[in-house]
Amino acid sequence: MAEEISLSILSGKGGTGKTTLAVNLALALENVQLLDADVEEPNDYLFISPEIESKETESVMRLIPEVNDDKCTACRKCVDFCEYNALAMMLDNVLVFEEVCHSCGGCKIVCPEDAITEKEKELGKLRHDSLSNLDFWQGELNTKEEKAVPVIEKLKTKIDRDKKVIIDSPPGTTCPTIEAITDTDFTIVVTEPSPFGLHDLKMVIEMLNEIEQPFAVVINRAEADSDYLIEDYCQEEGIKIILKIPFSRKIAELYSEGIPFVDKLEGWDEKLQQLYQEIREEALKQ
Amino acid sequence: MKEITVISGKGGTGKTTFTANLASLLDNLVVGDCDVDAPNLHLLLNPENKSEAVFKGMKLAVKNDDLCIDCGLCYENCRFNAITAADYQIKNLKCEGCAVCAYVCPTDAIKMEETETGTLYEAESRFGEMVHAKLIPGADTSGKLVSEVKNRASELAKEKNKDWILIDGSPGIGCPVIASLTGSDLAVLVTEPTMSGFADLKRVMEVVNHFKIPAGIVINKYDLNENISAKIEAYAAEEKIELLTKIPYSRVIVDSLKKGELFVDNDAELRTKMLTVKEKLTKILEK
Repeated sequence: MAEEISLSILSGKGGTGKTTLAVNLALALENVQLLDADVEEPNDYLFISPEIESKETESVMRLIPEVNDDKCTACRKCVDFCEYNALAMMLDNVLVFEEVCHSCGGCKIVCPEDAITEKEKELGKLRHDSLSNLDFWQGELNTKEEKAVPVIEKLKTKIDRDKKVIIDSPPGTTCPTIEAITDTDFTIVVTEPSPFGLHDLKMVIEMLNEIEQPFAVVINRAEADSDYLIEDYCQEEGIKIILKIPFSRKIAELYSEGIPFVDKLEGWDEKLQQLYQEIREEALKQ
Repeated sequence: MKEITVISGKGGTGKTTFTANLASLLDNLVVGDCDVDAPNLHLLLNPENKSEAVFKGMKLAVKNDDLCIDCGLCYENCRFNAITAADYQIKNLKCEGCAVCAYVCPTDAIKMEETETGTLYEAESRFGEMVHAKLIPGADTSGKLVSEVKNRASELAKEKNKDWILIDGSPGIGCPVIASLTGSDLAVLVTEPTMSGFADLKRVMEVVNHFKIPAGIVINKYDLNENISAKIEAYAAEEKIELLTKIPYSRVIVDSLKKGELFVDNDAELRTKMLTVKEKLTKILEK
């Protein structure tokens, strides 16, 4: 069997077409695994598995301190240690602010009285659906929770390297994005030919260069009179543009309904299969 | 003085374009760009930076290898996988600055040091003062930098006796959004009639409800899918969120953006819609 690769799909700003590319690419290929790591706003399921909420679910937990008031001597060591101000002294009791707690476990370590234990709190969920040619996993951060990284870490334990792996990453350049793309063989950056698209593309590329991640660019909503915005920059920097998806009301309408465009538009299956093969060759060379 | 924060849940719905156009119609305001991961508002407002400051948002663990005895306690106690298993080196991109490693280290080989995580700018735009920021790629303190932008915008507004603070918030539902909304008087949610836009709107509304502040909805590109637009309107009515306006899927908006222009300057009908938004916001805030 041919060696398969893992791809992460990324964009500097949201709404550039990351989900569109991830979903359509996954559907055009065979023996593929799609992981939606955009855990704050996972949307791939709308196109792949609209009923995912009724499928197999696994919790991602984090630990929150609990103070045993009988043992606590109000020494304040935990309150002083916490970098996130998640603990406070109220009269002679320690209060825990779960929302700002980072679950580092420091308070438990510094407590001289053994008064702190930890309880589990749900941070997010993994959801799973197995389709005929597609193994689909989704990470989901619970609302009012802040920390996306542990959900992405857990999601990535599901990676099956015998398959073509596609990871739909969170947009941007911060930790969750880096977590999602780390250890993938190649990254596709989706952008659009506008001043916003160009600006955010530059930020992403700065980050990718810093972590030495191989990548190429896809222009979404491509239009003859404005693609130069991206093309000029990429040419100057020696960056490859591997695909253009045209600006099209039809594609936007299909997206709005949650319909993958490979199902409705001629020729895209082949185009996306070819894209995967090109990237695979490029990635295996590296 | 009233503070409005514009958010969207899903990215790319037109949040920043909406904010810039609204900014041009409000008088006596300070603008803040809290989308510090992908700040774009300056591309439409073209502000002139007056001052910039290094932002040190977090402490990171720094190890002195000369003192390290390779005991591995730091590795065992780190909950963030920020220490390598092989040679106990600190991975800056994973470190959350909790200081547990420094505490457990028996030889004091690890110290916590303040690290530069971004830059904060104070600027002058044609519509008023503007505060914006840029996060260093990979830094994980966007929430703190967002709070810093908001604090500075609010101080400026007080100093100069402004009527409005207009905040371009971050997308998503996590830490930066929560920081963007903290202390605001009103949230404007810019959405689009797509299944993902609607799904994300409902998720971010859960966060807004947490703050118990009024909210208004803008449906951008409403005619792309009138069926889903109608569902969003029904949802807004049910949740008692005011529908501020519906903006069409328009060539003028796309072309204005590509030229770095404001659509209210290029289309009279769109300008009227945005003026209605201004009136409605004023009315909600008077209540």
